[in-house]
Amino acid sequence: MAEKTAKKKSVPRTLMPEQEPEVRMRNFDEVPLGYTPELAQQEAARCIQCKKPGCMAGCPVDVDIPGFIKLIKEGDFKAAIRNLWAKNSLPAVCGRVCPQEIQCEGLCVLAKKGEPIAIGNLERFAADYERDHGTGELPPKLTPTGKKVAVIGSGPSGLTVAGDLIVKGHEVTVFEAFHKPGGVLVYGIPEFRLPKEIVFQEVGFLERLGVKVDCNVVVGRTVSVDELFEQGFEAVYIGVGAGLPRFLNIPGENLVGILSANEYLTRANLMKAYRFPDYDTPIPKGKNVVVLGAGNVAMDSARTAMRLGAEKVRIVYRRSRAEMPAREAEIHHAEEEEIEFFLLTNPTKFIGNERGRVIGMECLQMELGEPDESGRRRPVAVDGSEFNLDCDLAIIAVGAGANPLLTQSTEGLHLNQWGYVLADPATGKTYKKGVWAGGDIVTGQATVILAMGAGRKAADSIHDYLTYGW
Amino acid sequence: MFKIVKREEMAEGTVILNEIEAPLIAEKAKPGQFVILKATETGERIPLTMAMTDPVKGTITIIYMVVGKGTAVFRDLVVGDTYQDVIGPLGKPTHLEKVGKVVCVGGGTGIAVLHPITRALKEVGNHVIAIIGARSKDLLILEDHMQAASHELHVCTDDGSYGRKGFVTEALRDVLENEKIQLVVAIGPVPMMKFLSQLTKEYNVKTIVSLNPIMVDGTGMCGGCRVTVGGLTKFACVDGPEFDGHQVDYDELMLRLQAYCEDEKKCYEDYCVLSA
Repeated sequence: MAEKTAKKKSVPRTLMPEQEPEVRMRNFDEVPLGYTPELAQQEAARCIQCKKPGCMAGCPVDVDIPGFIKLIKEGDFKAAIRNLWAKNSLPAVCGRVCPQEIQCEGLCVLAKKGEPIAIGNLERFAADYERDHGTGELPPKLTPTGKKVAVIGSGPSGLTVAGDLIVKGHEVTVFEAFHKPGGVLVYGIPEFRLPKEIVFQEVGFLERLGVKVDCNVVVGRTVSVDELFEQGFEAVYIGVGAGLPRFLNIPGENLVGILSANEYLTRANLMKAYRFPDYDTPIPKGKNVVVLGAGNVAMDSARTAMRLGAEKVRIVYRRSRAEMPAREAEIHHAEEEEIEFFLLTNPTKFIGNERGRVIGMECLQMELGEPDESGRRRPVAVDGSEFNLDCDLAIIAVGAGANPLLTQSTEGLHLNQWGYVLADPATGKTYKKGVWAGGDIVTGQATVILAMGAGRKAADSIHDYLTYGW
Repeated sequence: MFKIVKREEMAEGTVILNEIEAPLIAEKAKPGQFVILKATETGERIPLTMAMTDPVKGTITIIYMVVGKGTAVFRDLVVGDTYQDVIGPLGKPTHLEKVGKVVCVGGGTGIAVLHPITRALKEVGNHVIAIIGARSKDLLILEDHMQAASHELHVCTDDGSYGRKGFVTEALRDVLENEKIQLVVAIGPVPMMKFLSQLTKEYNVKTIVSLNPIMVDGTGMCGGCRVTVGGLTKFACVDGPEFDGHQVDYDELMLRLQAYCEDEKKCYEDYCVLSA
């Protein structure tokens, strides 16, 4: 028995094939290519089916991880996706963009002595297999309740709320300000990490379940939250995301060729500017690009710039490698694609030419001092270290704040000092009766899966409210 | 889908009017607000301030000059065709208040944007003097509408083919010399708004301008429309589109409007060749 266990542990993790860096850095096709059924079953067989699975404790939406993996191992892919759907409306998305290394996979018992089960890859496989080979048969729905729920924002948290409540028999309408649903999954995350077709199919799945998706509706402008109640909605979920780009507030920032990551990625992803002129929206094509910031959005921006034909793309970050907030896998992918890292570098001014276009930045060299309130060592400027860095395109990826458009037009919500909506972390209930909120508009910029986790809690609470009252 | 119920050509076919079915927007829209339109799946999102709205019919009217591929695609739509997407109403409405004597100055297609604001300022009890201008008589739009929306109308043409010969700035200077004006609203090409604002500053008259920078989402999410106003960065889509004309950095705005001119020129030329 002991020998058998040891043998199991020695089986290495099944790698997912991916495009070679030198090829993919110039195209927008998805980087990882997916498991074949054989590879998926091989990986699923590594799972030792713990009695008390650590992985599940790491999942914000409580996916039955050993359960769906067992079904993949047995080759019952249809049952595997049904098992996933019971807890997660967007498995094809989560399999691709969740930070599994700090969640489920980080808690996998195999990670203690070797490599954890590739839970994300398996989740992705189950969803992709259903999409390509499934019967399209829908999961069961409870008897209609006749109760109407409005979901504002069609990003990950809104879609989770919609998916959870539609199967509980409620009528759900999702309002989206953009012309396409998906929120950050569509405007923010690039095609090469999350093909938009997959997002639209996930939304299509919810629509087949009966969710109504109303695009081009800016709640706060086209219609107000209170008017939604007048229209007969009994509960409203606010999942509008952060959606206010932060800038550096240094001189020269309004020169042409300096874009927020939100604008740059929205042009590339939602508007498909990478296919200009087949699509009408243009995007600046820098040869010498700097990206300011070092989170996942910065990595996405840098890799997009490389795919749009840049000769040089540099991540400029004022702290050191250890403090970079991006996922390790994203940093690794960026490095493989020849993105350079200019660390401990703080821009103080943008320099423009006579046509008002950016041609460079004045920077200071930094060193790490004492830890600040975030616990990270504070970067301090080195005296006399001024230097210039040339660039013809600068993308500001230093995070997002709370977009006030909806919150300021809605009476009765309470906001914190940064403008985020105050909501009960356990239920998502706000101070306004019948209104819930979750995702980035409550927590500030976070991850897809945390937004989905907040959506799950709110959906449970909304269901309770519609059944028993506030 | 948003159906076109009326289409007119103005200014020798360089300017197009579309009345579009958009009941939700028509019900909510206030003077000074704008919409974003996208005609086709592959199209651009283009912001345009509404020239008229009819909440009873559930329609909004946009009037635009054909300047690139985006607007050329719009031009080629006929009555019964649809815009795939219309989003709005966006931006802050005009601040309407009875202040006394007001001058509304419009140039080119800026007159279309100026029209509902002029009418509303009159409705709240101001004495409204309107000054509109174009390069020549044939390029002038909405004269009748502006006549009805104001108490007095002055028309200028650059070439003197109609009304007073010269720029709207000169007509405004005469008004400012002769009357005590409390507010000027100036809408038109950026250089025109710049010079009008310089003029009204000399006379110390409060001036509102409406800006139309490059924009993507129109909800404060991308920051593409940032303008410097009084030394601070503002987003035209949510903080505007109207700003204190004396505080706007027009030179920066003009440079920012040129950001994509090469791409746009190429795109437009390709479209003209294809549709020729």
